[in-house]
Amino acid sequence: MIRYMLVTAILLGIFAIAGTGMVAYTFDKTDERIADNEREALLESLHAIVPPALHDNDLPADAITVTSKELLGSAKPVTVYRARKDGQPVAAIFTPIAPDGYNGAIKLLVAISYQGDIFGVRVISHHETPGLGDAIDTDKSDWVKDFKGHSLGNPGELGWHVKRDGGDFDQFTGATITPRAVVKAVYNSLQYFKLHKDELFVSNTTTSGEEHDAN
Amino acid sequence: MTQISYANIARDGLWNNNPALVQILGLCPLLAVSNTVINGLGLGLATLLTLVLSNVTVSLIRNIVRSEIRIPVFVLVIASIVTAIELAMNAYFHELYKILGIFIPLIVTNCAIIARAEAFASKNAVVPSFVDGFTMGLGFTAVLVTLGAMREALGQGTLFAHANLMFGEIGSMMKITLVDNYHGFLLAILPPGAFIGLGMLIAIKNTIDARRKSRTVPVALPADAGATA
Repeated sequence: MIRYMLVTAILLGIFAIAGTGMVAYTFDKTDERIADNEREALLESLHAIVPPALHDNDLPADAITVTSKELLGSAKPVTVYRARKDGQPVAAIFTPIAPDGYNGAIKLLVAISYQGDIFGVRVISHHETPGLGDAIDTDKSDWVKDFKGHSLGNPGELGWHVKRDGGDFDQFTGATITPRAVVKAVYNSLQYFKLHKDELFVSNTTTSGEEHDAN
Repeated sequence: MTQISYANIARDGLWNNNPALVQILGLCPLLAVSNTVINGLGLGLATLLTLVLSNVTVSLIRNIVRSEIRIPVFVLVIASIVTAIELAMNAYFHELYKILGIFIPLIVTNCAIIARAEAFASKNAVVPSFVDGFTMGLGFTAVLVTLGAMREALGQGTLFAHANLMFGEIGSMMKITLVDNYHGFLLAILPPGAFIGLGMLIAIKNTIDARRKSRTVPVALPADAGATA
């Protein structure tokens, strides 16, 4: 009886080892390619808002994390990628969170040039209502592209709201909460950038901090 | 095994005992990712591959595994296969993997897979088990794709959108826009649309079966035509 149980247990153990071995083997074979894919996907989304011609550094590698619950929407550290050309800062790409979407957090990419203009905004992930709030997605509408070229002074503090709240940005038919949350998050990122502009580009690479042409 | 029994296995998987329409198994992924044809096809094929591999493995080891430990062993086999498929999809179909997300690892919990392992593969030789896994998977995929097509056409007015995620650049040309400037029909995209759509498919299948039955003259079984529709 004991012998029978023992054999059964060993058999189960052998299957566990074989199964784990198979998973380990697959992991080993796909590991590098998955890391490449993730890097590639990240680079592609970053290049959608900061064109490759504008920088010459390795964006995914040149990143720091910063934390600001009020301005970046999360108590956890938020990644900032830094675009540089010839060692000069060109733009900072924030990954802030708009915590007050209709269905929870909306993850964004906000690229701000060293001069403080917006290069572009993209939505990385969201849970907004399909057909209504999901117009923030570039797959559905170009709304999010309207941020390009705006800055803290353009349209100014009062303008950084959706039209229903007296601001300059369109809302969607049937969905005000979603664009309101995105507008606010982008505005907060701009404010954060203004407050911490110089610290953001320090570390790793030396920066002169002088005015320069981003192009 | 004779020719006829394979035909029966196939007819069972595709139609008579279809995992989605008759056994009503694996509803969670079925309802969640059937919002477009490509999503449905992606998850369907991943499930099909899992079913084939798990059925073949279970059949191979059926004489070694004692009945006391067969369930944990089957679960182990299925979980290992699904994890390997998940890693492979992440490596080779990264974009599609990101869209299907949690539903790939959740294939483990699709009862259709362990049901086939226990009910069929553990009692049959390798080749019939392979055929059973393949046709069951095909039946599941067919329902996912059909439901995906219904919801995509009604909800977005397109078919085969984002096919490039699966077929590369050529896929971009596969997209069919049925209605230009279609404003979308929200109900079809949201989960209720999935329930209503699946209900309709089941109703249609039952109607067809009832009609066949009522024709008392045995029409020499018109094979499994229509099953893949």
